[in-house]
Amino acid sequence: MMLRLFGGGLALAALVLSATLSNATADQKPYVVKDGKTDQNTYNGWRRYSESCLRCHGPDGSGSSYAPDLTNSLKTMSEDTFKATVMGGRVNVGQANQNVMPMFANVEDVAMYIDDIYGYLKARSDGALDRGRPERFKDEKK
Amino acid sequence: MGWRTFFAVTAICLFPFVGAKANDELLKLETDPNQWVMPTHDYAAQRYSTLTQITKDNVKRLHPVWTFSTGVLRGHEGAPLVIGDVMYVHTPFPNIVYALDLNHEGRVIWKYEPRQDPAVIPVMCCDTVNRGLSYAGGKILLSQADTTLVALDAKTGDVVWQVKNGDATKGETSTGAPVVIKDKVLVGVSGGEFGVQGRMTAYNLKDGSLAWKAASVGPDEEILFDPQKTLSLGKPVGANSSLSTWEGDQWKIGGGATWGWISFDPKLNLVYYGSGNPSTWNPAQRPGDNKWSLTIFARDADTGVAKWVYQMTPHDEWDYDGVNEMILADIPVKGKPTKALVHFDRNGFGYTLNRETGELLVAEKFDPKVNWASHIDMKTGRPVVVAQYSTQLNGPDHNSEGICPAALGSKDEQPAAFSPKTGLFYVPTNHVCMDYEPFKVSYTAGQPYVGATLSMYPPKGDSNLGNFIAWDASAGKIVWSNSEPFSAWSGALVTAGDVVFYGTLEGYLKALDAKTGKELYRFKTPSGIIGNVMTYVHGGKQYVAVLSGVGGWAGIGLAAGLTKGTDGLGAVGAYKALSSYTQLGGVLTVFAVD
Repeated sequence: MMLRLFGGGLALAALVLSATLSNATADQKPYVVKDGKTDQNTYNGWRRYSESCLRCHGPDGSGSSYAPDLTNSLKTMSEDTFKATVMGGRVNVGQANQNVMPMFANVEDVAMYIDDIYGYLKARSDGALDRGRPERFKDEKK
Repeated sequence: MGWRTFFAVTAICLFPFVGAKANDELLKLETDPNQWVMPTHDYAAQRYSTLTQITKDNVKRLHPVWTFSTGVLRGHEGAPLVIGDVMYVHTPFPNIVYALDLNHEGRVIWKYEPRQDPAVIPVMCCDTVNRGLSYAGGKILLSQADTTLVALDAKTGDVVWQVKNGDATKGETSTGAPVVIKDKVLVGVSGGEFGVQGRMTAYNLKDGSLAWKAASVGPDEEILFDPQKTLSLGKPVGANSSLSTWEGDQWKIGGGATWGWISFDPKLNLVYYGSGNPSTWNPAQRPGDNKWSLTIFARDADTGVAKWVYQMTPHDEWDYDGVNEMILADIPVKGKPTKALVHFDRNGFGYTLNRETGELLVAEKFDPKVNWASHIDMKTGRPVVVAQYSTQLNGPDHNSEGICPAALGSKDEQPAAFSPKTGLFYVPTNHVCMDYEPFKVSYTAGQPYVGATLSMYPPKGDSNLGNFIAWDASAGKIVWSNSEPFSAWSGALVTAGDVVFYGTLEGYLKALDAKTGKELYRFKTPSGIIGNVMTYVHGGKQYVAVLSGVGGWAGIGLAAGLTKGTDGLGAVGAYKALSSYTQLGGVLTVFAVD
């Protein structure tokens, strides 16, 4: 538990930095979607989500029998809380729940692309993106 | 006979047999239709009961007679055991075991709840399922999520011994049921999505000390292969048969997890099981055949040395684990009496092999929509892959569309049943296709090592996601097929009363006529069923029991369905989320007629 709290603390510290950055662009959406198509970052968010989150949170962020529907969670959860949860994890174990979200601060494929993952899920939550593999703007290269 | 008397009697009768002859005890018990003593019902994994009180004529009068809530909400796979007057019920994490007194409508005799670090929960690939318990020599064997194998005193629930079988911080977990074979307990390991090195391990039943350990991938001394004597399709495998199919030391994180069912032929002294996917899901990152992932193993029960192996899907490009049950049946195959092994693989092919030699006899699609391979080359045993669906050929960052089956497989762990009376195999199946796009990933110990995106949906033109079929393993043909709106993810049971039972994801327990497939009875239990149906006799009366509790990999589409609205369904209609039919909850329901 100490380790978990410590890890969470580190992630939180990192977030103070990233929060400062994201505040600067508070009015902007964290994704670009136009005519149902999306930019490379949002697309990458979907890919990274599929890699590290899908097995629990279900296809397209829509939840499973054992982890919440993130398109619903992000209607009320702030970007900072989202990132803190991903980085630091969350434990909710009791009589009725055995839910544990692992910390991803040390997982390259998540930590490096956390903005993309958030952008993708926010787009899903806002209803800007439908389910399934997002289509990218034509000819756009990474 | 009360449970005290029962145990006093069994203790006296069985004690001298503990040790090398525990085998004799179970060989006797598995033929007693009144009890249900192992996770597969019998060593041959036929899930056939000779009980005849409940028949195709009276099963319409079936009804629930008592129920029991397990107090756990996650996916409930497997089935309870019945030994004498006691039923043993297991749960997903936290892996509670209840001993229920059948003389008092399931009053709890004892409850065992291990203390496990909850950090193991997110390391489990697809929910915290557990596929059940084993019994032998007065002990109940439980393989906990955190890989602790524990032997409990069947009478008191006290821990007799326990041993750690893996390291959860590296992604090694346990979901499979242990099986007692002779004087040993065999247990596998889960974690194919976390880059573990899969293995089967045998511990001595007496004290939990290590007997043998056989990896799925790696050097000959770790996989317990004899280069000259271990055969693959009749030929010696030769030296380094696994190592030579991997690049560098990738095999160390090569997967081949062993999370499925284990069967045993006491006459041949061979243990049978399959191995799971190679890590990662991105085939470009692991050139070679990746042996011996996705393989059927036949190993000597005493030494663990492999007698024969057969790799069904070399160089996996679709996550087609080979862990599904190996059903041992003596049946005519193409007119010849055969000691057969019948296996319904994730890859959509139903295999019939000679279980003595490993010779491949039949390999046919058990879902007509299977398209990733045109057929199996019977000479080489290799699938003939259709280029369009090859995620290796199409390469990373390319989305291969319309591959059938999906990564769930045409069938997953839900075990099929075989009736010697009808000669048919009864198979709960998935009817799901996918888009699959591999991409480069990096390995971090204890973290998912997957590297592919996945979208799943029913085959084009269909709206059903499952079928329940009867299969002729000699001809390799479907005899009848009932469509199910969702994957049929519950283990089947067939009885001498000519009834076949299984559960559905919406929560129905269904009874069919074993000959025709006609539905004779259904009852909606409190939650979706991914458990296996079992039967037993108590007080002279036949009961049928099943665990409800939706979840597992099957629960992945619970919240909102697998895919969007009517996408890809044509005119057939909207596929609705499972959540409009059922919600979570672990409940045992026990049925009887009259």
